[in-house]
Amino acid sequence: MNFEKIREKARSEWDRFSRAGETRILVGSATCGRAAGALEVMNAFREELAKRSADKNVELVQVGCLGLCFAEVLVEVMAVDGCRVLYQGVEPRMVPELVESHVIEGRPVTSHALAVMGGPALDGVPVFDELPMISRQVRIVLRNCGIIDPTNIDHYIARGGYSGLARVVGMNPDEIVEEVKASGLRGRGGAGFSTGQKWSFARNAAGDRKYVICNADEGDPGAFMDRSVLEGDPHAVLEGLVIAGYAIGAEQGYVYCRAEYPLAIERIELAIGQMKDKGFLGQKILGSEFNFDIKIKKGAGAFVCGEETALMQSIEGKRGMPRSRPPFPAISGLFAKPTNINNVETLASVSAILEKGADWYAAYGTEKSRGTKTFALAGKISRTGLIEVPMGISLRTIIEEIGGGVPDGREFKAVQTGGPSGGCIPAALLDIPVDYENLASAGSIMGSGGMIVIDNESCMVDVARYFLTFTENESCGKCVPCRMGTQHLLRMLTDICEGRGTPEYIDRLRLIGDTVKRTSLCGLGQTAPNPVLTTLRHFEDEYLVHIEHGKCPAGVCRELISFRIDQEKCTGCRACVQVCPVEAIVGAKKKPHQINQEVCIRCGSCRQACKFGSVIVE
Amino acid sequence: MLCVRRFGTRKYKWSHDMDVAGENWEVERIMSRYERSRENLIPILQDVQDHLSYLPQEAIEEVAAYLDLSENDIFGVATFYAQFRFHPPGDHHIKVCQGTACHVRGSGLILESLMRKIGIGPGETTDDRKYSLERVACFGSCALAPVVVVDDKVYGRMTSKKTEKLIEESK
Repeated sequence: MNFEKIREKARSEWDRFSRAGETRILVGSATCGRAAGALEVMNAFREELAKRSADKNVELVQVGCLGLCFAEVLVEVMAVDGCRVLYQGVEPRMVPELVESHVIEGRPVTSHALAVMGGPALDGVPVFDELPMISRQVRIVLRNCGIIDPTNIDHYIARGGYSGLARVVGMNPDEIVEEVKASGLRGRGGAGFSTGQKWSFARNAAGDRKYVICNADEGDPGAFMDRSVLEGDPHAVLEGLVIAGYAIGAEQGYVYCRAEYPLAIERIELAIGQMKDKGFLGQKILGSEFNFDIKIKKGAGAFVCGEETALMQSIEGKRGMPRSRPPFPAISGLFAKPTNINNVETLASVSAILEKGADWYAAYGTEKSRGTKTFALAGKISRTGLIEVPMGISLRTIIEEIGGGVPDGREFKAVQTGGPSGGCIPAALLDIPVDYENLASAGSIMGSGGMIVIDNESCMVDVARYFLTFTENESCGKCVPCRMGTQHLLRMLTDICEGRGTPEYIDRLRLIGDTVKRTSLCGLGQTAPNPVLTTLRHFEDEYLVHIEHGKCPAGVCRELISFRIDQEKCTGCRACVQVCPVEAIVGAKKKPHQINQEVCIRCGSCRQACKFGSVIVE
Repeated sequence: MLCVRRFGTRKYKWSHDMDVAGENWEVERIMSRYERSRENLIPILQDVQDHLSYLPQEAIEEVAAYLDLSENDIFGVATFYAQFRFHPPGDHHIKVCQGTACHVRGSGLILESLMRKIGIGPGETTDDRKYSLERVACFGSCALAPVVVVDDKVYGRMTSKKTEKLIEESK
C-alpha cells in the first residue's frame, strides 16, 4: 500500500474518533496518571457504563499525558453533542455522577471541570488553550501527548505522522542532513551539540555497517519528559529514528530504554510491530531501496549508561563504563562501527521538522537555541507537570506563570535545573532567558529538562549533599577524579551537615570540585561538582552558618536542629502524638504538649502534622 | 547441564526442572530464545531474573556456559548494574523513590519510617522473607512525589502514614 492510501485510511479513522455524534471517554493513563489511580477510574467507568447498559455506545480510551500532572487523574468526556470537557482530580467515587450527568443527560459537571477542550468557555470553565499552564506553551515534541491513543498508529499518521518519513525516502541523504542543520536543532539530552552536525559526521564516516541509537535512558532524578513522550506518542520518536537511519546510512537502530519504564517499553514494542505492518520498517521501506530495523535494549539501572560511550558498552553486553574520546562514536561507536546517538526529545523534534520544514522550526526560540524545549516541573511548585516552551522564555515565566509559583505561601529559594549534572539558580537570576548559553553562564546546564523548585524549607547544603550522594553512588569508578573526587566532596558536605565542618572546607570544596570538573573522563564526572559549586556560588552564607554557628537556617540538617512546641499556640489536638514514630511527645489531651529531647530523633513528622504551626524548629 | 548444588539458607531448591511459583522453569529454555552472542548477556540475565526473581550462582554458571564467557566476567557485568539481585527478594518488594522531587517532598521520612516498621534497611529482606526494601533513584513520576512502588504498582503523593497502611494491607 502506498503512503497516500495509508494516510487516507488513517484520516478516516481519526475523523471517526474525533467527530461529534458519539460518546467518548479519554482517561490519561501514563505512568503518573496510573500512580494517581487512573486504572481504578477506568474500571469505575467501565462498571458504571455496564450497569446502565451504556457500554456499547461509549468508547473508553486510554491516552497519554497532557502534562497537567498536578490535576491527575484527568478524564476527558466527549458527549454526543460534541461538547468536550476535561475533568481534574477524578476519583472512582465521582464516576457515577459524571456518567449520569454528562454522559447520559449531556450536562457537564462544572464543579469538577478543569477546562473545555476545543470549544467556547462554559459556565466559568475556561478553554483549555487559555489555561495559565497551557497558554504560554508551544507543543511540538508533545504535539500528540494526551490527545491521541498511543496504541493506535492511525491517530499518529492522521495528525501528520510519517509524512516526514514518506517525504525523505528517495531524497538525497545529504539534503536531509542539511535540513536538520538549518533547523538549528541541538541535542536535547543535555550537551546541546548540533544534531545536523552530528549526523553529518556519522554520514561521512567510512564503514560498511552503521548504527543509530535512541537514548531513552532518562536517568536524571526529577526528569520525566522522555517517559511521557514514549508513553504518549511513541511513533514520533521512532519515526525520527528511522529518518536518522536513512540520513546517515544505517540499517539497524536501537532504542536503549531504562528498565524503570515498563509502560514505555511496552508502547515501543507495540509501535514497532505496527510500523512493520504498515511498511515503515523492514525491507524496501515505502517502496524505496531503504531497509531498516529497530531493536529494543532495556537498561539495567546504571545512571552512567546515559553517557553515549557507556551506553554502547552496555548494548554490547559489557559493564557500562565510558571510554575516552576520540575516537568519537560517529567514527567508531557500537561494535566499533560508525554510530549516531540521539536522545528521545531530539528524535521527536526531528520527525516534526521533516514534516513541517526547517524554517518553521527555526522560527521558534533564540538565535543560538532554536525551537522548543520540554521541562518537567516538580518539587515545591503549585502546578507540577510537563511543559514545552520556546527557547528564550524566562525562568520566571516558567515558574510563576506556567507553574503557578511556590504553594502554601512559602518563599521561592532556588530552582534546580539539569539534574545531578546541573546547578541551583537563585531568585536573583530568575529573569534570565532559558537557553543553553544563559543556563551555562549561571553555572547550571540545560540538561535533559528536569526543573525542581526549592523553597525556604530546603537546605542548600543538604540539596548539594543529596546530589553528591547520587553521583558518588553512580560513579562507575573507572577514572580517579570522579571516583575519589565525588567521595571527598560527599564526605565534606556530610561533615558540614553534621556540624563537623571547618572554614577551610569552603576553599577545599571549590578546589576539588574544579579538579573533578576539569579532569574526569566523561560527562558524569565533569558535571558532578555542579550542584556543590553553584550552591557555593549563590548560597555561600548558608554554608557559613552551618560551619561557624552550627545551625541549619532551613531546619533540615538534623544534627544542627531541635524541635520544640510553642506552648501558646499548641491546642493539644494530639495530631503530632499520633505521627511521632518514637513516642517523644508527651502531654494531656487539650493541653499544650512537650517534646522529650532525649528521645526525639528530629524527623520533623510532628512539624508536618501540626495544623497550627506550633512546632518550632531551631 | 545439571545443577543440584549447595543451597543452605536459600529459599528455592534448585534442580534441573525447577519449580518456582508453580511453573516449571529451565534456564536453558530461556537461553534458547537468544543467539549465543555476548550482546544478549544482559537481556538473558534480565529474563532469568524475571522468572526467578534473582540470579542464583547456578543460573550464572549456566549462562556462562551458554555464551562461552567466564562466570567472573558475568558477575562483573551483573554486579555493575543496580537491577540485578543475588538473593531472593521478599514476597512483597517495596521500592521507595529517592529522586530529587521526592527528596524535597520528604521521601527520606517515608524510607525511615518503613525501616522502623519492618526492621530492615534498603537492600535487605526480612527474616520471614515477607518484605524486601529498596531505594530507587527515580521512577519518573516526579509530579506525584513522593512515590512508593509496592510489587510494581506505583503509588503517588505518599506519606509515612499512608505507606505504613499500605504495608499493613499487603500482609
